[in-house]
Amino acid sequence: MVKFPTPLKEIKYEIQQYADDFGLDYYDIIFEVLDYEKLNEVAAYGGFPARYPHWRFGMEYEHLSRTYTYGLSKIYEMVINNDPCYAYLLECNNEVDQKIVMAHVYGHCDFFKNNLWFAKTNRKMMDEMANHGARITRHADRHGMDRIEAFIDRCLSIEDLIDMHLPFIKRKDDEVREMRPGLKFESEDQPGHDGCGCGCGQGGEHACSAHASCPSAAGGPDMAEEFAEDFMDDEEQSDVHPSKLRSKDYMDEYINPPEFWKEHERKIRDKLKGKKKFPEEPQKDVLLFLLDHAPLNYWQRDILSAIREEAYYYAPQGQTKIMNEGWATFWHSTIMTQKALKASELVDYADHHSGTLGGSRTRLNPYKLGVELFRDIEERWDKGRFGKEYEECEDLALRRDWDLNLKLGRKKIFEVRQVCNDINFIDTYLTEEFCHRHKLFMYQYDTRTKQYVITSRKFRDVKEAILSSLTNFGRPLVYVEDGNYHNRGELLLSHRYEGRILDPVYARDTLVNIQYLWKRPVHIQTMDDDRKLIFSFDGEHHSDKRE
Amino acid sequence: MAETIERDKSRFKKIVRGKIKSNLKKYISHGELIGRKGKDLVSIPVPQLELPHFKFGKKGYTGVGQGDGEPGQPVSIDPDGDQPGQAGDQPGEHLLEVEFTLEELAQILGEELELPRIEPKGKKNISAEKDKYTGISMTGPESLRHFKRTFKQALKRQLMTGDYNYLDPTIIPVKEDKRYMSWKSTLNPESNAVIIFMMDVSGSMGDTQKEIVRITSFWIDTWLRSQYNGIETRYIIHDAAAREVDRETFFHTKESGGTRISSALEVCADLMDQHYPPQEWNIYPFHFSDGDNFSDDNDKAVSVLREKILPHVNSFSYGEVYGLYGVGMFKKILQERCPEETNLLVADIRNKDAIMDAIKVFLGKGL
Repeated sequence: MVKFPTPLKEIKYEIQQYADDFGLDYYDIIFEVLDYEKLNEVAAYGGFPARYPHWRFGMEYEHLSRTYTYGLSKIYEMVINNDPCYAYLLECNNEVDQKIVMAHVYGHCDFFKNNLWFAKTNRKMMDEMANHGARITRHADRHGMDRIEAFIDRCLSIEDLIDMHLPFIKRKDDEVREMRPGLKFESEDQPGHDGCGCGCGQGGEHACSAHASCPSAAGGPDMAEEFAEDFMDDEEQSDVHPSKLRSKDYMDEYINPPEFWKEHERKIRDKLKGKKKFPEEPQKDVLLFLLDHAPLNYWQRDILSAIREEAYYYAPQGQTKIMNEGWATFWHSTIMTQKALKASELVDYADHHSGTLGGSRTRLNPYKLGVELFRDIEERWDKGRFGKEYEECEDLALRRDWDLNLKLGRKKIFEVRQVCNDINFIDTYLTEEFCHRHKLFMYQYDTRTKQYVITSRKFRDVKEAILSSLTNFGRPLVYVEDGNYHNRGELLLSHRYEGRILDPVYARDTLVNIQYLWKRPVHIQTMDDDRKLIFSFDGEHHSDKRE
Repeated sequence: MAETIERDKSRFKKIVRGKIKSNLKKYISHGELIGRKGKDLVSIPVPQLELPHFKFGKKGYTGVGQGDGEPGQPVSIDPDGDQPGQAGDQPGEHLLEVEFTLEELAQILGEELELPRIEPKGKKNISAEKDKYTGISMTGPESLRHFKRTFKQALKRQLMTGDYNYLDPTIIPVKEDKRYMSWKSTLNPESNAVIIFMMDVSGSMGDTQKEIVRITSFWIDTWLRSQYNGIETRYIIHDAAAREVDRETFFHTKESGGTRISSALEVCADLMDQHYPPQEWNIYPFHFSDGDNFSDDNDKAVSVLREKILPHVNSFSYGEVYGLYGVGMFKKILQERCPEETNLLVADIRNKDAIMDAIKVFLGKGL
């Protein structure tokens, strides 16, 4: 490891002082200086120097180094959400670039530490990733790289089927899960998830229909009742008033005590409720469902859980892309222009800064959108342009000169960076004025002229389009609907249709990978032009069913 | 760290190699590789490999942009070809260029078409001896003394024995200090090979036909190069008369007029006579034509081929490219009149898709 050069260290302390003065709050930051090859390498691994082996990292590296060689792209900076934060600097950058990057990094680190959506991320991810790497390498040594890699491919194909709100939800059955010993994972070195909802995974091949009774097994029913119920067929089960023991009238109260029957009835009712559906409610975390219930063997489970964990680690970064970059850009520009910039560096700074904020007409630049929104919020709260009176004011001149001199802006943006993610950030703070000032428009593909055409400049349309592109990272919402579909242990997923259809080619290919994990036939239910459509794959053949 | 990225990179390359192999037909018939040929590297554009996931179809996509323009106006696509995509959450579908050496490419071709390795004829026992200085030895002629190593050794010795005086740093090597360069001889089996490409450039051969010839000859060239150490290429064009030309002219000449195949074969035979004695050379003539030969020329062509060319060459390949006005008779004539010649290979090249099959015919015997 090269020693961190003294001039850079001086810059670091300087910037750090400014960051402290502005009230940024961050984990310790460790800067490392890398040449472009190393930086591309680290970037290919998503910022982590030690990860599991997979070809896609090689592809990413090939792409990065190629575009770097052609001068098409250059990574200035990388920062890892970890405690301490790791940030990488490009060796050949000049001093002013390093300054900007450092100021930018302080913004990011403050965001990582304080934004609510990052609260549940693993702050020792550096170690965790390396552990995943070691574990998967060990599996590869034992079972062969090709097999492991092919399996990783399948897992990655569905890595986005997670529930990004899950870390924040405390469900009732979480406790139940933890209370059931013996149904835990066999593996001891399984971090992340404690407790698998069902013990069925242990046996390798198994009849999936057995799953159906699992969720209801929580109560620990006594053997005799189980036995009795096994003899009832479905119709009888739906009758919650089972026949009482025969007895003389005056003895009935003693032979069939009413409390007992009430209790018994309740149990059956509960059981039926549970049986009706499995999972009881549609489950968004498809990966967890597969981990819990798919017949995976030890190493497959291990790999899938590692990939799920990494997906959860990266999810908040996807959820807060605009805010995170906007916040960092806000701080690098504030620190640079108010404090750190020397006159001689102005042109280089402006060049770099405009490069960061520049963009194309057809793609909103998250840096630009984010920073402009933060500035807008700061200005509005400084001038008191919020609340009922301002919003109901229809005098344009009055609105334009509205200034209550509240100076609440700084405080407000710190609050926003703490509680928002991109969706409610846009939803709450994107105003009509902002939309017009920045000339935002919505465009769509025109099938007639075969080109993308501006379709609207209306505030509502634009906002809706941005929000829908952010919802679930712009990916379809997919749930596990039924783990015992047709009562044959088949898996039914459902796509919550909100106006956009699934890409059929991709859907079929993805089903193949899920089927490999689930072993039984899998289906996904969606809509196509207001008709119900089910894609199915049974391990050999694809079929589509329209209703 | 460096090893891990190398490992992942090589795994990626292996996958790409597999992809190219399975799509070889596409790559061959598109001919897009040829334009990207460097000195000895070919970069092959492959789409970034993507793992499937559930995603939205194109229909109903709405994007948000920024800038001037009224509703109804088309959004200009960026000059760098960036298509509008999702708001920054997905990497665009970039083309990735993966570099392969021509050797690797030939290997892929060989594996996919199951081409046999060629056994060079005649001169396989003749091998050139090549000397290479590879090491250091204690003995040797003075002319090969390694000056620096000798003095280094002397210095070491003097330091050890305490003879070295830094005020008067004189170093005197004695016999034991002397080091000499030593060499190793390697035997390089050498075989000479020449490819002679002949093409009909008469009026009926259009640009499409030439493109086919160009692609076919690129692959033939690549394969044969991987089989022989040194290889020469000669080009002959003909209509009613033939002449030898350079590569550039070969692919870009358009003439009109009739077709006299014998003229090209004569030139080819002369060339072999003058430069490539068959006992020392492996000779591979390839002839491409639409087969629309003057009918009075057929006899002559066949006799030149049988007497002057076929006995001396490893194989003679004739590719009949379907021309602007259909296809002539020459292939049929060859097949009828020379059924017993095993080193005469003929193939139809109807269109670009047929190139692969033709290559298989030409090179599949390993002659």
